[in-house]
Amino acid sequence: MTVDVVVTGIGATTPLGGDAASTWDAMVAGRSGVSALTQEWAQQLPVRIAGQLAVDPAQQVDRVQARRLDRCEQAALVAAREAWADSGLADSDVDRERLGVVIGTGIGGALTLLAQDDILEASGPRRVSPHTIPMLMPNGSAANVGLELQARAGVHSPVSACATGAESMVWALDMLRAGRADIVVAGGTEAVVHPLPMAAFASMRAMSTRNDDPERASRPWDTARDGFVLGEGSGVVVLERADHARARGARVYARLAGAGMTSDGYDIVQPHPEGDGAVRAIAAALRDAGVDRRDVMHVNAHATSTPVGDIAEIKALHRALGEHAVLTSTKSMTGHLLGAAGAVESIATILAVYHGVIPPTINLEDPDPELDLDVATHKARHVEVPAALNNSFGFGGHNAALVFTRA
Amino acid sequence: MATRDEITAGLAEILEEVAGVNPDDVAEGKSFTEDLDVDSLSMVEVVVAAEEKFGVKIPDEEVQNLKTVGDAVDYILKAQA
Repeated sequence: MTVDVVVTGIGATTPLGGDAASTWDAMVAGRSGVSALTQEWAQQLPVRIAGQLAVDPAQQVDRVQARRLDRCEQAALVAAREAWADSGLADSDVDRERLGVVIGTGIGGALTLLAQDDILEASGPRRVSPHTIPMLMPNGSAANVGLELQARAGVHSPVSACATGAESMVWALDMLRAGRADIVVAGGTEAVVHPLPMAAFASMRAMSTRNDDPERASRPWDTARDGFVLGEGSGVVVLERADHARARGARVYARLAGAGMTSDGYDIVQPHPEGDGAVRAIAAALRDAGVDRRDVMHVNAHATSTPVGDIAEIKALHRALGEHAVLTSTKSMTGHLLGAAGAVESIATILAVYHGVIPPTINLEDPDPELDLDVATHKARHVEVPAALNNSFGFGGHNAALVFTRA
Repeated sequence: MATRDEITAGLAEILEEVAGVNPDDVAEGKSFTEDLDVDSLSMVEVVVAAEEKFGVKIPDEEVQNLKTVGDAVDYILKAQA
């Protein structure tokens, strides 16, 4: 008898808004969160656009706390607080020994590392902040959320590049199914809009250089796509045993019915050209969920706006699902949130199931000839979504697929 | 050369900045850890900031003897001399 797992709380801070509601509204309206970087440091970079957080998370946590948290940790804390409040658990008597946290990051506290390196060079080792290590460690976000919520069932941090946020959901699902927790706060976070990571991604020729037209730079599946747009933010959900949620009369957004994770074993950064690892992940997720592929009416695709990746995923979806589902890439609006992408996109998928609304893919003006699946283009699509799939793939060949169903 | 009162006021400023301590709570008799809730990492920040502000050296082996604000004031006064 598998444990039924449901979503009872959501929280986010993204380039589209400082909370989940404003993020969702902007997605449904088809707004872009990408803008030109006006900071002086950006002006010499080959890429001068990004999806910057709509609300500075340092302003959403208290001043002293902000000093001790990397920007990615601040964002995770903001999203986790919102999800926790949204779940209604803040007002109930939670057994902290049955409460877990799984929040990962792709890169972690790079801003802290770089800022402290500047201090080391300029002023010497004694000036390096004693908070540096807890701020830069990749488990720092999960640990700080765990500390605030006094979670004692285990605090974990998957690290799998751009699959991290989705992988966090899988780990949380496993924790709940294995009986190690009744509630798990799960998500991803990232904040590396800084010259070094941006120069590094640009050196890989992975990013869009459409500097003069930021809002139209992230254009998944469009013929003129030229790479992803970096974004920052965090998404966090509260996952809970269905019986636990039912007993307290919680509002349920959706079920996390199943998950699949595979690895490519093919290349360090390129996806398998036929999407082989993705096909296996999707098939595994459907099997795990006990969902017939024909019931999957919607896919929140990984689709980052890169020439190779977008089409490899289309091929994978053909093989694993067929041709009936309505696709979208919310990255067309948020940019690519790296380790937070899978979490923010899980929230978009969950809300698509909950509301029966599929947010559009913007900037898809001239579809790639190899795109032969239905994409919600320009405008949101209002359809019943009994089951939906969220794909995430990461550098390193990590593939994660999640199946959410209507509660 | 800062006076005793100036040092106390300077420490209160630092404590507010790095640890969020209300400056009104800072007095010579107060213990950093027990009364002002300054944890060990923040204490390191306080010491480094005080060194910079008052132009003194406070070696690590001295820090454990600085239990109260008054201890720190005494040490800084002596070190300035």
